[in-house]
Amino acid sequence: MIVGERKPMEEIEAMIDPFEKIIVLGCRECVTVCSAGGEKEVGILSAALRLSREQKGRTIEIKEFALERQCDHEYIEQIRSMVPNYQAVLSMACGAGVQFVAEFYPEIPVLPAINTNFIGVTEEQGYWTERCQACGNCVLHLTGGICPVSRCSKSLLNGPCGGSSDGKCEVNKEIVCGWQLIIERLKSLGQLERYEEYIPIKDWSTSRDGGPRKVVREDLRL
Amino acid sequence: MKSASRLEKVLEKGEFAVTSECGPPRGADAEVIRKKGELLRDVVDAVNVTDNQTSVVRMSSAASCFILKGMGLDPVLQMVTRDRNRIAIQSDILGAAAVGVNNILCLSGDHQVFGDHPKAKNVYDMDSIQLIHSVKTMRDEGKFIEGEEIKPPPKLFIGAACNPFADPFEIRVPRLAKKAAAGVDFIQTQCIYNLDKFEEWMKGVRDRGLHEKVYILAGVTPMKSVGMAKYMKNMVPGMDVPDEIIERLKGVDKEKRAEEGIKICIETIQRLREIEGVSGVHIMAIEWEEKVEEIVKGAGLYPRPQV
Repeated sequence: MIVGERKPMEEIEAMIDPFEKIIVLGCRECVTVCSAGGEKEVGILSAALRLSREQKGRTIEIKEFALERQCDHEYIEQIRSMVPNYQAVLSMACGAGVQFVAEFYPEIPVLPAINTNFIGVTEEQGYWTERCQACGNCVLHLTGGICPVSRCSKSLLNGPCGGSSDGKCEVNKEIVCGWQLIIERLKSLGQLERYEEYIPIKDWSTSRDGGPRKVVREDLRL
Repeated sequence: MKSASRLEKVLEKGEFAVTSECGPPRGADAEVIRKKGELLRDVVDAVNVTDNQTSVVRMSSAASCFILKGMGLDPVLQMVTRDRNRIAIQSDILGAAAVGVNNILCLSGDHQVFGDHPKAKNVYDMDSIQLIHSVKTMRDEGKFIEGEEIKPPPKLFIGAACNPFADPFEIRVPRLAKKAAAGVDFIQTQCIYNLDKFEEWMKGVRDRGLHEKVYILAGVTPMKSVGMAKYMKNMVPGMDVPDEIIERLKGVDKEKRAEEGIKICIETIQRLREIEGVSGVHIMAIEWEEKVEEIVKGAGLYPRPQV
């Protein structure tokens, strides 16, 4: 899923400072799972914003709402009649959701309430880690199912570098060396000899380096 | 010969090679490089020029190599893949070869989080092994990475680093094999303090015949103080400093510790020379270039062979 976390309150308050009437718009997909921008977080953020306005001696009218998804037309349509009655939408979706809502309502500011962090997993309750950088050219079959692009701090395809120490990355000891994991996994798969296979220089044109990307499936288009 | 490198000639002749390094300044003064170059002239066979080491911005390695080349030294262009993509890397290689640089050392580089610009974006379009492969392709096939012809190709003697002490230890020899297969000509190792572990690694290297495919220059760094030894032990990733080294430094008067550090370095070189498959030493006297001559002479490696 896409993992995000809410921006600091001060930043959000500054963002909405000019407005007296806003929608706080949650998303029931990834950001609900990672407890950053679902219905519950919409309620918490709205309450906090009302309170802080009150303390400043100003008022704010907040409409709380959550869409099934902010990255799909049909759901964004659900708020069409509501949006013109407000001065701004404070979206709690990922960066894609914020932008897609903004594309539908060009006359209303749509503001981000969360920072979109990465594509990752829930390792434990309240603990998410990165697994994928969407490079568009998967190499997991070559590296024991562990991604060197996202899990090595230098995205080395023929790692590890000399900074790997006690299984930890040189960047900091909280980060597990991605190549240590790859080597352990190759070992447990009985494929350690694959370590010596040279992985050639990568074609990054399928990553963001090729410009904004799209996927077109002619078989599915109407 | 693959290049016009003096280092390559020394190694090809079967002489025990000596290299050292020169860290460029954090300013635009060419005189700093010239002074360091003078300290190393005739004392070593080739001089590495570090490439923004520890991710701290310094004068470019290529420009510093050009200055050293102008003084008649044989510089080794250190090149990290952290800061340049394949376009910039190939361009810098052509430029370096054009001004007479004969050696390159292919590195991934320290992560920028260590340096003075930790908010920088890194590049890592390729890794150090892919860089070795790219330089070899440029030199031997006369082709750029995308296959277009290079006229004329850059004739560089290709080096890389190896850290026998990093983890996981079991892939340290296979990793050298990978670099050898990619086309590396010589290796400069991480600073060696734990000689037993280094010998264990060298045995693995010999068992696979890798010492016959690549020249291995063993890295040494003299300790200036107990503080430096502790810093190297605890703060530098992938560095193995046994307690005996620290104890030995502590065992002499404070003002004699630098001298003791030089002594340890010379003894280390003498032991390294006895190890089968070690073709030379790489003396990294960090901001202590004036001591390299003493170390080289103390180790009986002076004068350097004329080639």
